[in-house]
Amino acid sequence: MATPVEALDVARWQFGIVTVYHFIFVPLTIGLAPLVAIMQTIWTFTGKENWYRLTKFFGKLLLINFAIGVVTGIVQEFQFGMNWSEYSRFVGDVFGAPLAIEGLAAFFVESTFLGLWIFGWDRLPKKVHLACIWAVAIATNASAFFILAANSWMQHPVGAIFNEETGRAEMVDFGAVLTNNTLVAAYSHTVATSLLVAGTFVAGVAGWLLVRAARNSEKDLARTVYRPAALLGLATIVIAGAGVVVSGDYQGKLMYEQQPMKMSSAEALCEGENGADFSLLTIGDLSNSCEGVQHILTIPGVTSYLGTGDFDGYLPGVEDLQEQYAEQYGEGVDYRPNLALTYWSFRLMIGFAAGSAALALVGLWLLRRGRITDSKWFGRLCLVAIPMPFIAASFGWIFTETGRQPWVVAPNPTGVDLVWMLTADGLSTTVPVGEVLASLITFTVLYTVLAVVWFTLMRRYAANGVAPAAGATAATGSSDDPGAGDGPGDPGGTESQPLSFAY
Amino acid sequence: MDLPLLWFLIIAFFWMGYLVLEGFDFGVGMLMRPLSKGDTDRRLIINTIGPVWDGNEVWLIVAGAATFAAFPEWYATMFSGFYLPLLAILAALIIRGVAFEYRGKINDDAWRARWDWAITIGSWVPAVLWGVAFANFVRGVRLDADHQMVSGFFELLSPFALLGGATTALLFALHGAIFISLKTDGEMRERAGRTAAVLAVPTLVVAGAFAVWAQVAHSAHTWTWVPVGVAAVALVAVVFATRARREGWAFTLSALTIAAVVVFIFGSLYPNVLPAINDPANSLTISNASSTDYTLTIMTWVAACLTPLILAYQGWTYWVFRKRLTAGAIPAHIGLPRRDPAKDPASS
Repeated sequence: MATPVEALDVARWQFGIVTVYHFIFVPLTIGLAPLVAIMQTIWTFTGKENWYRLTKFFGKLLLINFAIGVVTGIVQEFQFGMNWSEYSRFVGDVFGAPLAIEGLAAFFVESTFLGLWIFGWDRLPKKVHLACIWAVAIATNASAFFILAANSWMQHPVGAIFNEETGRAEMVDFGAVLTNNTLVAAYSHTVATSLLVAGTFVAGVAGWLLVRAARNSEKDLARTVYRPAALLGLATIVIAGAGVVVSGDYQGKLMYEQQPMKMSSAEALCEGENGADFSLLTIGDLSNSCEGVQHILTIPGVTSYLGTGDFDGYLPGVEDLQEQYAEQYGEGVDYRPNLALTYWSFRLMIGFAAGSAALALVGLWLLRRGRITDSKWFGRLCLVAIPMPFIAASFGWIFTETGRQPWVVAPNPTGVDLVWMLTADGLSTTVPVGEVLASLITFTVLYTVLAVVWFTLMRRYAANGVAPAAGATAATGSSDDPGAGDGPGDPGGTESQPLSFAY
Repeated sequence: MDLPLLWFLIIAFFWMGYLVLEGFDFGVGMLMRPLSKGDTDRRLIINTIGPVWDGNEVWLIVAGAATFAAFPEWYATMFSGFYLPLLAILAALIIRGVAFEYRGKINDDAWRARWDWAITIGSWVPAVLWGVAFANFVRGVRLDADHQMVSGFFELLSPFALLGGATTALLFALHGAIFISLKTDGEMRERAGRTAAVLAVPTLVVAGAFAVWAQVAHSAHTWTWVPVGVAAVALVAVVFATRARREGWAFTLSALTIAAVVVFIFGSLYPNVLPAINDPANSLTISNASSTDYTLTIMTWVAACLTPLILAYQGWTYWVFRKRLTAGAIPAHIGLPRRDPAKDPASS
């Protein structure tokens, strides 16, 4: 390396760290909010107390997770201007709108109604309170839609033209931005993934607690509280898992049309070929060189099938594409992303997602027809499975974002001329590298500490299990009193009796 | 009215919402420690903003994102130019936000004490730095012909900007003290009311000095004396209202003061969004920084449909949580014990 610290590298690491970190928490929020809403809905309409206890229990975990997702999200909104000001100038006319709409349509709803939900247990009528958690659940999913609209436009710009006079991309068709097929694929894949994360989380936590309860001779607790929750989680895994596969398949084929370089890198496919095999393992130096790459353990034709829907389909290789891009977009740029990173992150994404599938298979079998289990190894499987879809989701984003490199706005191969930008050209030009480094260090340190706190709290609160049934807690004055009714307070408008919840 | 101008006004409105609402949140956080005699007091103070602080903070996100969408050049220059102050604000908002949520999760004095520092620092830092930033917008920064900001970090800390920081810190602390007195009853109401009355006079002096300096030295318009006058009159009235313990009036007037300051700031900027002090020709203006009319038209429809709804449901939240809190309303700690019983051999 010529210079010890390149501003571009620092800024990219900074973006990568804060974004991947943010997206550890986000899918759990997106997926868990509707699951908690479902639990509360069942309680509201059946009055069954086990669902009340589950709502409170998973609600607490949701809130611990939500807080960190919210605060790390503010950084996302600001850092485009801070580190990527030239990118912001170039895309703002198109990219800014979905971000602003996300704030207006989703963040306001999410934060306001979450506050109402947290503090409103005894102050709102039951059904209004239920509507609050649904508002949160819908808003988190709406937020995902708008931010993915922005991201999908970077992957596949549509509805925009290049204005030579202003030197920037300008929106001409907002409808096209919102119906971008890349967005349809990314949104369904992300929401399905989020539900997979949350389903695995609910099934894993409830399954582990079920085993513990069964072993502590609390069979009734295991059967009436944890088993229904585990089944809800397992059912979510099955449905979401199918959604992940279908949407991922669609997305993969779309990517071969729209960003062939990314998919060919994901397969470390150096030369174009018909009927390309899918390799499970590849040896050789993948670090941006095709020499010596050797695929072993391959499944014939599968890569071609994934890309084209035909086992004999033709797929272009990385080297072919490099030549083609050099001709199209200019010589002197390495248009290949980091091969090792794209290749392995793609495989790790798929591999880790299989953890959820294993949990679903075993769990559904062990809990069939009213059964519970005290199997120690099932408890362990639950714990091992919980982090897996988180890791898979992270690798999915690492794959799709690093696979887009060296572009920040990838060119649309079928249209919109000149609406593209290299990542290197998007960097802020006036920010000294030392300042970017300062922000990289600040966020890394801060986020590491918060990760420890988050993990500690999640583990402690999960291990604590559901609160005892209401009858048993009356003596301790617990707040977990179902349907406490109208809030106490005198006519003068003062809260003098203990609130059901306070910070 | 042309669309870029409309969006300049909408963004001013978002900032107004942010600074009026999170202004008292910051003040509540800033005063949490000095106003408390014990943990129940601290919890009482935090819970006055418990259900609403997160919704208040969204006004900032929307102000930022709307600037990105409507004025990409302004967003890009401002956010890259004010890099270090924004970094500090972001770090502060992060620790402050999780502190509210996590403070009560473990029932332990040392745990709570750490988060209390996070709330204190996380409230003071942005309260000062927003003032520094806005004072620099009013004063202008050095911009090159490509609209890139070339002012160094220490240039942002001029005496005028530091006075701006003192102004917002005092205004927010006062606004927060008034809010606590409005939202609590009993001893805390009394204490916060006294503090507000004590803070009102220095706030009037510092904010008045800043506003007159800003108007005389940096405003392009004579009419911006009007918001300066409104802010001054409102703040004088705050002095009397806090002494008379008219909390509702005091709060309305301190909110009006902050709103008038925002009107002044954006009024004095007009028609610029970020004036260049080195060469006025380099200034970022409403017209040269804006997005296309097509984008602004879409954004206008979205904002016109959603903003009334936002105001309605946020207003409803304040209505739901309208009652004053007392120390008796704060329930027992529900956090888990510090030691993990599963790891503690002494317990079962």
